[in-house]
Amino acid sequence: MSRPPEQRERFYQTGTLAVGGRLLAEEQRTVQAGESRANAITKGHRACQGCGEALGARYVLDAAMRATGGQVIAANATGCLEVFSTPYPESSWRLPWIHSLFGNAPAVASGVAAALRAKGRASEVRVVGQGGDGGTVDIGMACLSGMFERGDDVLYVCYDNQAYMNTGVQRSAATPPAARTATTEPLGGHPGNELGQGKSAPLIAMAHEIPYVATATVAELRDLEAKVIRAMSFRGPRYLHVLVPCPLGWGSDPAQTIRIARLAKETGLFPVFEALHGRLAAVSQIRRKLPVEEYLRPQRRYAHLFADGGRPDLVAALQAQADRNVQRFGLLAEAEPREGDLLHVLADGERGP
Amino acid sequence: MREQIEGSQAVAQAVARCRPEVICAYPITPQTHIVEALSRMVRAGALAPCEFVNVESELAAMSVAIGACAAGARAYTATASQGLLYMAEALFNASGLGLPIVMTVGNRAIGAPINIWNDQSDSMAMRDCGWVQLYAADNQEALDMHVQAFRVAEELSLPVMVCMDGFVLTHAVEPLEVPSQEQVDAFLPAFAPLQLLDPADPVTIGAMVGPEAFTEVRVLAHAKHMQALDAIPRIVGEYEQITGRPSGGLLDRYRCDDADTIVVALGSVLGTLEETIDELREQQGAAIGAVRLKTFRPFPRQELAQAIGDAERVIVLERAFAVGAGGIVTDNVRAALALAPDQAGGPDRARAPDRARAPDPARAPDPARVQDQGRPRLHTVIAGLGGRAITRRSLRGLLRRALAGDLEELYFLDLRAEVVERELERARKGVSGPHAESILRDLRMVMAGPV
Amino acid sequence: MFSVRIHGRGGQGVVTAAELLSAAAFVEGLQAQAFPSFGSERMGAPVLAFCRVDTRPIRLREPIAEPDAVVVADPTLLHHVDVFGGLAGDGYMLINSMHTIGELGLQELHERHHPERVVSVPASEIARACLGRPIPNVALLGALARLSALISLGSLEAVVRERFSGTAAEGNIAAARQAAAQVAELAHA
Ligand SMILES: Cc1ncc(C[n+]2csc(CCOP(=O)(O)OP(=O)(O)O)c2C)c(N)n1
Ligand code: SF4
Ligand SMILES: [Mg+2]
Repeated sequence: MSRPPEQRERFYQTGTLAVGGRLLAEEQRTVQAGESRANAITKGHRACQGCGEALGARYVLDAAMRATGGQVIAANATGCLEVFSTPYPESSWRLPWIHSLFGNAPAVASGVAAALRAKGRASEVRVVGQGGDGGTVDIGMACLSGMFERGDDVLYVCYDNQAYMNTGVQRSAATPPAARTATTEPLGGHPGNELGQGKSAPLIAMAHEIPYVATATVAELRDLEAKVIRAMSFRGPRYLHVLVPCPLGWGSDPAQTIRIARLAKETGLFPVFEALHGRLAAVSQIRRKLPVEEYLRPQRRYAHLFADGGRPDLVAALQAQADRNVQRFGLLAEAEPREGDLLHVLADGERGP
Repeated sequence: MREQIEGSQAVAQAVARCRPEVICAYPITPQTHIVEALSRMVRAGALAPCEFVNVESELAAMSVAIGACAAGARAYTATASQGLLYMAEALFNASGLGLPIVMTVGNRAIGAPINIWNDQSDSMAMRDCGWVQLYAADNQEALDMHVQAFRVAEELSLPVMVCMDGFVLTHAVEPLEVPSQEQVDAFLPAFAPLQLLDPADPVTIGAMVGPEAFTEVRVLAHAKHMQALDAIPRIVGEYEQITGRPSGGLLDRYRCDDADTIVVALGSVLGTLEETIDELREQQGAAIGAVRLKTFRPFPRQELAQAIGDAERVIVLERAFAVGAGGIVTDNVRAALALAPDQAGGPDRARAPDRARAPDPARAPDPARVQDQGRPRLHTVIAGLGGRAITRRSLRGLLRRALAGDLEELYFLDLRAEVVERELERARKGVSGPHAESILRDLRMVMAGPV
Repeated sequence: MFSVRIHGRGGQGVVTAAELLSAAAFVEGLQAQAFPSFGSERMGAPVLAFCRVDTRPIRLREPIAEPDAVVVADPTLLHHVDVFGGLAGDGYMLINSMHTIGELGLQELHERHHPERVVSVPASEIARACLGRPIPNVALLGALARLSALISLGSLEAVVRERFSGTAAEGNIAAARQAAAQVAELAHA
């Protein structure tokens, strides 16, 4: 049984940083800029135009492949990423990859890691578990927490597009306040998704005091790659939470995915940080703080906040949430970075309005 | 009022008119349209004081329903496939606790390989979880069954699952009549729970039961199911009186009177099957009929035996498959046919307190024929797995084959036998893996061109 | 029984088109059934939807393999999918395109078939002009109504008003009328 000869990868121009990267020394270049990148998820998949998840997964896995010399096994939860990458009889995966169920990806990853230990291969072969926000913060949370608590050597990556996209945009526990989904329609005085703080999977991960927790967005792909490579330098459970805009579910222009991800960070709504052993270690500061409105307006899931008189009260509530993030995480250069252990800060009763 | 409306929307409206008090749901294709519609109605205030709970998994969905129902609320949820299995533990619990929850199952295959399309492996896998299971042949029946389900559930303190084929029914738009609020109110009284968590009268629900009583508890659950065999026709009769529409029930016969070949089937395949039967009757005078099975749990053994009568050949058309065994429905049909006429009610059934109707001796199988000729011949046909369409053309071929006496005991409709053969051959050579993946590899080779 | 199969891509409103068609037939007192080809399609993927219309209640639930009319909402599918598969010899073909049937390379088909039943209309352009968005579905239904007389424009307009509101409804209706007029013109040409 022969396969077609491996093709030498073509070089894709993936953005200014990647191209600029060619001028840098090899080790300074982005993974995607290198000809040796793994293309772990390769072309031909079926994601929508402008899918942040497809972009994020590509960068994450290629970086993990780079960090391990190509020795990665991935365990994927059910969700868009799984569905668009494996339309029978095709597969976009060029690394060993398993999809089992929706809610069990962290445990399947744990199983792979245990087998590698049993077979004495744990030092060479590493494991990445991955899923969407629903698969992670809702149905998969128990398995994820178990994986953290046992100390299994797994990097788990959550691609957060803030709803159940694969089934047609229903609310998850990661859906932000006021966002419209198919199960949180802004009807009868309801604001879209109810107001509240939601569930922060990164903070929950930190509460397990695992070696490494980080957040990232697809707006800063170099940062994303660096975090994956950093994560792979640790042993034990690690958690990476990546914000990945979904043009379909967010009602945003597919060409604006990167810009919208950047706005999520630059408004303070999505804090980008790293934590070591449960302690906040670094934050990506906001370059120029923008009002949340700039982030909300280009997304139809927030259209009800601006139509016919709008809901300035809700916009203000979201602004307050962003401002609070800026405070809590020290996102602005001039803001005094909060000291050390973020969970202490939480325990001190600063749970917002 | 008749409207041209999607099956899911109609079911949502029917459920809404049952005045549910707690709806909890977790999204899964192809159930989503139903719960999205209900969530909109709740948000718009149309169902006040109903609560809609967006839960974090199906286990949570069923568990919220359990808690809500035990606290006296009329509770509803919907799921399918992986989600139904994800609730498995709570399903047994709900029926064990005797909580009258109503749930829609938008029937869908179970992975691996993951597949979002229709078959009935999901509800069939849960057939013995203690729930009443109703299977809708079309969307009118699906929506009617939901209203009936609340009555059956609450009268008997038993949870009821209404199974409707995913996509084929849930996503089909057709002319449907949702009963009016007045009709539903006349049919379905307010929920009066038999057990209720209430500080004014504290009860314990869910105590531990040891060997001294566990068997008895199970037998009592069975007795309740046997009562359902009588309750369902009565309730369906009342529903017909109010709406003027016969719908639902235990089973129905289609052109069986003179039939020597009878196809037993459940779900949305029935319409296409009946068209095919009409065609074959017209074209070649074939004496074919169908039994539309509507209630699968409890299994209407006596009614089925009567409906089949002394037909020569029974074909059980199944949309699920018990790997390593064969037809699931077939086994139940076989057990029904094995009943001697004097037990056609079954020893258990005879003791059911309000058993009203006596067996109809005219339709009961002649025991001599059953025993000495092995009649009727029973065939299992597995069809429509994972969304493969069941077409008139294939049914026509199937029935012709059966009429010619060529139908195997276990037959897979529209099977691509060459794919299976190739894979088995590979396995014989010792190179095999997961079948789907191997077939995938095959197709890859094809795409790589001649090698 | 008259059956219609609609081919398009996710985002073109193909499933809605089948539903609207069935609703319009319902308004006319006919029996109708609409259903999508059930897939896990994302934006841009090929999609299929079906509609059956009859004077008797419809029991069949198989996909439509032998349609009386085929509507192709995206002409790029002509090269990927057997869109005309099973089409009745005297069936209708309606293609959303600015090009003529000949320019689309379908001349042969055109001649084999009843030529007046094989038609192209620039439904996306019409929709862009009338609606501001190139969603061709309702325009195509207008054209189909005129081509096949399966439903009247009046019933189509009624169900479009029920389904959409305000400018979306009026824009779609204008598009349907314009597409229907173009079909009528072709018939006289
Ligand atoms: C037990 C179970 N329940 C529900 C589903 C249906 N389901 C599959 S993917 C999905 C949504 C995935 O959402 P998320 O994890 O956020 O990933 P996304 O598609 O948004 O990337 C759902 C609800 C399932 N496959 N299994
Ligand atoms: S629905 Fe969203 S997450 Fe899914 S493929 Fe499309 S853009 Fe990506
Ligand atoms: Mg998601």
